[in-house]
Amino acid sequence: MQNSETILPPITERSGPLRWLRHNLFNTWGDALLTVASASLIYWLVKSLLIWAISTAEWDVIVANLRLFLIGQFPLEQVGRLWIALAFLVFLTGNSLAIWDRNSRLAAILILGLPVFLLFLPFAPQTRVWLGVLAATGILGWGLGYTAPQSLKRGVAVGWLIALPVFVLLTHGFTPAVEDVPGTALTVVPTNLWGGLLLTFLLTVVANIFSFPLGLLLALGRRSELSIIRWFSIGYIELVRGVPLITILFMAQLMLPLFVPGGIDIDRVLRAMVGMTLFSAAYLAENVRGGLQAIPKGQFEAAYALGLSGAKTMYFIILPQALRLIIPILVGQFISMFKDTALVAIVGLFDLLGIARTVLSQPEFIGLHREVYAFVSLFYWGLSYAMSYISQRLETSLGLGVR
Amino acid sequence: MSDNNSTIIAVRDVHKWYGHFHALKGINMEVSKGEVIVIFGPSGSGKSTFIRTINRLEEHQRGEIVVDGIELTHDVRNIETIRTETGMVFQQFNLFPHLTVMQNITLAPIQVRNWSKSQAEETALQLLKRVGIPEQAHKFPGQLSGGQQQRVAIARALAMQPKIMLFDEPTSALDPEMIREVLDVMVELAQSGMTMLVVTHEMGFARAVANRMFFFDQGQIVESGSPEDIFKAPKEERTKLFLSQILSH
Ligand SMILES: Nc1ncnc2c1ncn2[C@@H]1O[C@H](COP(=O)(O)OP(=O)(O)OP(=O)(O)O)[C@@H](O)[C@H]1O
Ligand SMILES: [Mg+2]
Repeated sequence: MQNSETILPPITERSGPLRWLRHNLFNTWGDALLTVASASLIYWLVKSLLIWAISTAEWDVIVANLRLFLIGQFPLEQVGRLWIALAFLVFLTGNSLAIWDRNSRLAAILILGLPVFLLFLPFAPQTRVWLGVLAATGILGWGLGYTAPQSLKRGVAVGWLIALPVFVLLTHGFTPAVEDVPGTALTVVPTNLWGGLLLTFLLTVVANIFSFPLGLLLALGRRSELSIIRWFSIGYIELVRGVPLITILFMAQLMLPLFVPGGIDIDRVLRAMVGMTLFSAAYLAENVRGGLQAIPKGQFEAAYALGLSGAKTMYFIILPQALRLIIPILVGQFISMFKDTALVAIVGLFDLLGIARTVLSQPEFIGLHREVYAFVSLFYWGLSYAMSYISQRLETSLGLGVR
Repeated sequence: MSDNNSTIIAVRDVHKWYGHFHALKGINMEVSKGEVIVIFGPSGSGKSTFIRTINRLEEHQRGEIVVDGIELTHDVRNIETIRTETGMVFQQFNLFPHLTVMQNITLAPIQVRNWSKSQAEETALQLLKRVGIPEQAHKFPGQLSGGQQQRVAIARALAMQPKIMLFDEPTSALDPEMIREVLDVMVELAQSGMTMLVVTHEMGFARAVANRMFFFDQGQIVESGSPEDIFKAPKEERTKLFLSQILSH
């Protein structure tokens, strides 16, 4: 049956760097011209940037204020709490990687190796001790997950569920601060001292987590048969989407107090969180609506024909499919929310960008805008890129698109 | 025919409009327990619309439909009860792609009938044996052939232990070599005494197991009778013409 002589070998293109260059960059005269022009442009840009970054720029401003950039004015003697909260997250990450993505050691090495890498940077000795702790918990979590993936699954899920409350609780503390009495390990740190990356992170996570159920309800409300619910949902969604986030943040700062009974002072950070949550929910609702519309009518009919109620059909059949479809969009929204938190600097909070502005207003760092903003941009970019990389991994491991 | 306690479906003068389009124009039908009814007719004649009014996937605007002693009205509880007593198999299978075969079958018994998981799974496995694919229980629908998917869909409907099974062109989306395996399951089901309403153009199936056949055209029942009558001596011209068209190939 198989005659090896009549089977043609697959056509393989001969390859080599020169061939590649010819093929991709110098195929025609026009291509060649374009290639040379853009190469010189890139060369010139990168060269100027590098010359500036290496010789002119004064990066001391970053080194001197690194702690401000990371945690704002958070009191030094309470920083251990943040490290512990972080260690909890790193532990869960290690655990989850070993359980759900066990075949890719690369991701594990990259993510868990990060603290080890940072360990070798010239941080203060105490910081390095904590980085060591982080690395250890991460590797411990990974090892535990790797040896007992099945039995830990549920525990890890619960861990992630309580991760945000734990983080917020550790950041905030419980015992009220009393003047002249030295604080205990868990003395309250008022939110006006939260800042930098810590605040940016908390704003992003809180806004996204709380906007999820809200957006889901709005999306469902938009399809409701009760017209009052439907009109409310549509009204809310269209109103919020028609307004810039910055105005919502201002209104949250100025108008939220009008809605609460007198005397109660709502924390400014909390106001920003509420504003961002309300804003994000409207967009989430529209994204969810897109997912719902993509589910064929036959899925509803099959569920109804089995006697499932409308609510159960939504919960068991429609939403799981719709949400899975829009995971990439949700991740995109998460990342754009992360970047949008920078707007809270304008209403006077000290997130990453707010800190940048305070640093620049200090007399000794005046005029170092380039360094500071370059650093902040790089920071945002790095984290956004990391998130989008992780989400792509998540999508492949969830088998999205492979129906 | 009159109402008696062997009647399980009674349809009286049912009308249905889509906007201004009159899709069902006064349908009357009585079905007794254990009967196998085949509905056929040209495309757009209202066969799907009719069969879907019986479990309220489509709402009728005039007339009366009584299923197992319960009248279909706007009462949601009545509708849900009738749906639990009625299984439906669709042309496009409509399996839930995010659930395994086992979960597809056990979801409704657990959620609607409040069965325990183990009881539901045991029943599901028996049903999968009955339709001939017990080894596929832990696959996802996307990993099965069309014929296998349709058999899972039948098992899923049967898992609710319905009194009536509705089929809307169950083999029309299948490749020819898979039609047989689905029809075999349906024949076995008919012989077991299940009440069945089947929209199909598989005349071999009709000849083998149908008790009565209904010819639909333009939203009306043009002719009905036993397979014997319909195939050997159709009374109406339209029936003759249609039969000659579908039997010619
Ligand atoms: N949702 C709808 N809106 C408007 N018109 C509809 C709708 N569903 C069906 N119709 C119309 O009602 C008529 C009957 O449709 P139905 O699907 O019942 O036909 P059918 O006999 O099942 O045809 P087929 O053999 O093609 O499945 C058709 O003319 C169709 O265009
Ligand atoms: Mg049809």
